[in-house]
Amino acid sequence: MLSRTADSLFWASRYMERAENTARVLDVGYRVSLVPSLGAEDSTEWGSVLTICGCDARFAERYDTVSKRNVIDFMALDPENPSSIYSSIRIARENARAERNNLTTDIWEALNATWLEIRDMDYAVLAAYGFQKFFDWVKERSHLIRGATMATMLRDDTFNYTRLGTFIERADNTARILDVKYHILLPQTEAVGGAIDYYQWSALLRSVSAFRIYRRIYRDAILPSRVAELMILRGDMPRSLHFCFREITANLDMLAEVYGERHECHRLAGEIHARLRYGKVDQVFQEGLHEFLTDFIERNNRLAVEIGRNFLMTV
Amino acid sequence: MTREGGGTRPAYSGLEDWLTSTDGDAFEMKRREADLLFRRLGITFAVYGEGGDPERLIPFDVIPRVLSADEWRRMETGLVQRVRALNAFLSDIYHGQEILRAGKIPAELVLTNDQYAPEMQGLDLPGAVYTHIAGIDMVRVGEDEFYVLEDNVRTPSGVSYMLENREVMMRLFPDLFGEHKIEPVDRYPEELLMTLRSVSPYARDEPTAVVLTPGRYNSAYFEHAFLADEMGVELVEGQDLFVHDEFVYMRTPQGRRRVDVIYRRIDDAFLDPLAFNPDSALGVPGLLSVYRAGNVNLANAIGTGIADDKAIYVYVPEMVRFYLGEEPILRNVPTYSCRDSDDCRYVLDKLDELVVKETHGSGGYGMLVGPASTKDECAAYAERIKANPDQFIAQPTLALSTCPTFVENGIAPRHVDLRPFVLSGDKVRVVPGGLTRVALREGSLVVNSSQGGGTKDTWVLGT
Repeated sequence: MLSRTADSLFWASRYMERAENTARVLDVGYRVSLVPSLGAEDSTEWGSVLTICGCDARFAERYDTVSKRNVIDFMALDPENPSSIYSSIRIARENARAERNNLTTDIWEALNATWLEIRDMDYAVLAAYGFQKFFDWVKERSHLIRGATMATMLRDDTFNYTRLGTFIERADNTARILDVKYHILLPQTEAVGGAIDYYQWSALLRSVSAFRIYRRIYRDAILPSRVAELMILRGDMPRSLHFCFREITANLDMLAEVYGERHECHRLAGEIHARLRYGKVDQVFQEGLHEFLTDFIERNNRLAVEIGRNFLMTV
Repeated sequence: MTREGGGTRPAYSGLEDWLTSTDGDAFEMKRREADLLFRRLGITFAVYGEGGDPERLIPFDVIPRVLSADEWRRMETGLVQRVRALNAFLSDIYHGQEILRAGKIPAELVLTNDQYAPEMQGLDLPGAVYTHIAGIDMVRVGEDEFYVLEDNVRTPSGVSYMLENREVMMRLFPDLFGEHKIEPVDRYPEELLMTLRSVSPYARDEPTAVVLTPGRYNSAYFEHAFLADEMGVELVEGQDLFVHDEFVYMRTPQGRRRVDVIYRRIDDAFLDPLAFNPDSALGVPGLLSVYRAGNVNLANAIGTGIADDKAIYVYVPEMVRFYLGEEPILRNVPTYSCRDSDDCRYVLDKLDELVVKETHGSGGYGMLVGPASTKDECAAYAERIKANPDQFIAQPTLALSTCPTFVENGIAPRHVDLRPFVLSGDKVRVVPGGLTRVALREGSLVVNSSQGGGTKDTWVLGT
């Protein structure tokens, strides 16, 4: 396999995961905005969507006001915004197109069909189609492509790079959602009070498909500290940081086994994994949730850079 | 489809019922279905910088073109003969130049030609093969008469359409394949891989072959990816390869890996910025020196363009006689070289009846189709010929055969040509059939995809 192939597969799956996560974040924003009594200013809610996606500055260059219409337009369909769902799918598909010979027909056709559908959408089409239906569609396409990957892809190193892209991106996103939302919701350590709070917290859990999971695990009222525990430390919740790192280290270990060599990325991933695996939620809050998450996002980025240096750009 | 003087050609007798019993709406439905299949599979022809959708479909016609077993056998023998002669010519030109000394071809026509590559002089290649992949464009003009329109021995494209057209036809009309005995074409990628491996500079168990592409913005990118995929080899860009200690390597996550044979789909001028065009970002610096040291092989070789130059084309039948001592089986289209003053006068006189081409041109660009041009266009073209007579050849407009084709108002005859692909390595391999291109505009003779042509599936009937 070529280094460029590994690079393209890594980024194709990263961008597809990003498209899904952006749809999830927009979906929460939209759900919250449907309940006018929530008190939160429309612009606060939609502004937080931009913050999670790291797009505040770029948005300000192109739009005057933060509103539902502008944010959805910018984050869902704007071809000029490299983080929009539209751009993410386009870049994922471009990367996959360059590596068609390393993907199965099922994966390629699912991804290509997704691009062909979103290619011609504009805001009016989207509004007529229904926003939530659209966000669900993006999630479904992402599930389909990942499903095709799991069901049809040869389990060699191409598979490992594809999976690494998925989980590096997902870990980044879960950390960002939690960081931004937690502070908007001004958490207390006691149970969430009132219907409005409840709605907001449940929306946050739903954005990572964890509302039912929370109920099953805790069988109790929604406590902010437990939400944090679930999203950071639970090894059995597929969008938690711990789960992402279980997958990342497993895939890196498989590469080490095949190549017979370990690199800095292996050490770094093991270190992050250990903190998540053996950490306790009290320690996280002692350190400060925001500090913990900022530090995590920074380390996760560094890991992506190391993976790039060790495998994707070798001579 | 019909013979001279009426009646259906025997090869088409099976299709005739199908054509008369299927109505226009059914064909239209199948045509749309085919478009959808091509789009979904991502089989597109990239045209950038001209506006519109950069990923275009080449129009596909659902009615196949049929050749009988006998027609094909004769053509195949002729193709093998012609390509053997072309390879012998290239080897000769870059070694002893016997054919020039024998006076069969004017020496200055070869030696002062832009396509002649002096860096190839005296270099021995594995098997003395230069054009490993050749696409020979053929047209039918009479009952058993096929002419060679031109030889493509640099980097001929289109073979992926031959394969995918068959794939799509089998999905659209499975019953037809049950009723007819049609020679399969799907082994082409394997034949290509065998060919590439057979010309590796080293006798290794599994020589490493790669496909070198200019990248995803190239119009034939789909084909490059498709062939690499079907052969199970890496599809590389220039940046993926590098030269170290007189060998070529590719970059992999496990470090470097040696490359033995490069099926390159990049023109000579862009292969090595150190030796040719210094601005090329597509090539591999130092590649030529490894090639000359005999540590890597290129398919096709550098400098093959001298054999398909349109001024040299005239002499191909002579090559067959000279190198093989045989009479050419395939005929050339009668051709006037404007470098010959008598010919030139004739051409200028009959411009409205002739097809005039630039000797170095390809893809149907820069040609004049006399009968389809206005007086002004002819006059303007005449000036170009007078200014540079050496650079033009002319051929009569042929009574090209037509093939039933589904167009807007039903089934109508349209002109077709055929490009079979000939592979040369340890032996010569030809897959039965080729790419049939069809001029979709009524009366048009130009079949190039860049000029609004389409394609068809090509059937060679089994015996």
